[in-house]
Amino acid sequence: MALVNRSIALVDCNNFYASCERVFNPALKGKPIIILSNNDGCVIARSQEVKDLGIKMGVPWFKVQSLAKYHRISTFSSNYTLYADMSNRVMKIISEFCPDQEVYSIDECFLDLTGFKHLALTDYGQRIRSTINKFVGLPVCIGIGASKTLAKLANHLAKKRSFFDGVCDLNTVKQDALDGLFSEISVGEVWGVGRRTEKRLVELGIHTVLDLKRASPRALRKQFSVVMERTVRELNGESCIPLEEIAPPKKQLICSRGFGAPVFSLSALSEAVTSYITRAAEKLRCQRSVAAQVYVFIHTNPFKKKEPQYSPGRLVPLPEPTDDTRMLINTALAGLRSIYRPGFAYKKAGVLLDDLSPSGQQQKGLFDNMGTLQHSKSLMQAIDRINNAMGSGTIKFLGEGLEKQWKAKAEKKTRCYTTRIDEIPVAYAV
Amino acid sequence: MKTSDLKNDRKESVLSLIGLKPEPSSGEWPVFTSAITAGFPSPADDYIENRIDLNEHLVQHKEATFFLRVQGDSMTGLGILNNDLLVVDRSLPIEDGNIVIAAIDGEFTVKQLVHSQKGYMLKAANPAYQDIIVGPEDDLEVWGVVRWAIHKLWP
Repeated sequence: MALVNRSIALVDCNNFYASCERVFNPALKGKPIIILSNNDGCVIARSQEVKDLGIKMGVPWFKVQSLAKYHRISTFSSNYTLYADMSNRVMKIISEFCPDQEVYSIDECFLDLTGFKHLALTDYGQRIRSTINKFVGLPVCIGIGASKTLAKLANHLAKKRSFFDGVCDLNTVKQDALDGLFSEISVGEVWGVGRRTEKRLVELGIHTVLDLKRASPRALRKQFSVVMERTVRELNGESCIPLEEIAPPKKQLICSRGFGAPVFSLSALSEAVTSYITRAAEKLRCQRSVAAQVYVFIHTNPFKKKEPQYSPGRLVPLPEPTDDTRMLINTALAGLRSIYRPGFAYKKAGVLLDDLSPSGQQQKGLFDNMGTLQHSKSLMQAIDRINNAMGSGTIKFLGEGLEKQWKAKAEKKTRCYTTRIDEIPVAYAV
Repeated sequence: MKTSDLKNDRKESVLSLIGLKPEPSSGEWPVFTSAITAGFPSPADDYIENRIDLNEHLVQHKEATFFLRVQGDSMTGLGILNNDLLVVDRSLPIEDGNIVIAAIDGEFTVKQLVHSQKGYMLKAANPAYQDIIVGPEDDLEVWGVVRWAIHKLWP
């Protein structure tokens, strides 16, 4: 057991995407909002009003479109440029309150507040909360517990029970009161317990968080895995999952998107694959890795069952690990040509960079041309710098195409209010 | 200076902007790899300061600062003209007399916030426009405080 009870906090933005849209459009205050996925396919975010209407996360848009019209729900395409900037602002503001921060996703982060225990942590949480709300207009809830798993549960309570007023510190709750709370939450709310695991736990008679907390970690380890054992220990106040303040580099990078309209030709598919690989290569260089293999895939639309279906993919190894966009494009396109068959209505394409390793650690080949390698590095650096300084896509490979007729639909996207000078909000002086 | 020099100059500055120095082609490598200082060292070396950066002056709280564009001429009396760029700082405390962005009827409006005996008022700075009295039932949301208005004088 740990000697000191830790204080781990989880700060989570409420209905993040919908709340971001509200900051720049005061007309949306108190109104129901839906955000659609890339290509306007599915519902990926909802305001509280929409959640209360029972519209579920992930449902295809066409299934709820009439319901949305009936309830006058404002619907938007996802504006990731805006959400990313707002996320960066929120994370920066939070980091001023605590140096030990793990950015866990676009709208949530863990903090280690163990060293702040001389302060009343509930009050400190309220300060973080009101500062974020004042500075960027976004509502957040904060959960505090002795482990990450408990912090997640505390956050759930802070959101669902108005009693906590947005900040819930489980370390201040007495043991029997805590067990009372846990007996009212279903086990599926526990961090890391997915739908299938939940089903299996219920079959074992574990229905609530309290049941899981009281279960034997060893027995569960045999039934499930070491992950479940850790979860049980975390529920009992033992911090087993450390904060990852520096995100480890990804082992794979994927970039795939659905098309706005079905695509038939190899040339249009090539444009899409070139665009996706260019994006993936940028991410690859950003995390200072090189890829050894490229996987390329194309899909027809599985929802259109009457149309002929064809969904191939191909893994192509690179002659040597690289982060050079030109090399990656050539390899991906070779893969694409080998799987493409005419006569199908393709709906989606994607690429995956696989077998990644840190750049600069590769064994040099006997016949490598050092000059060429250096040249490649300089060229990629130059492209990245220009695109960083002057906007993404300022300089690009012509293979991406100019028209991009396959590009995903985003018909209801709001403007990039904080990143483009010609799209900033209007203040009326009338 | 010859035109060709000018062109070369420009090319070099563009290359240095993106962090690349032109590489000498093979066969032109210098014999010595370390640089040889020649000429008189600059007497200004010890006096170099960072050049003024407007971002630092105009933006005090980066995370809480947003830019908005003015549309309309109700604030001309306070020097805020149509099409001006506003630097809005949401972190500032809202005080009597501040120029603020307020959310009214689902839109952002720029006005001066004035506290009087009748309550709060959003004051226009142009006699052609009426002030907005904020009643106790009205839901006034002050979105942020305007710190700067930037006005373009030359296209």
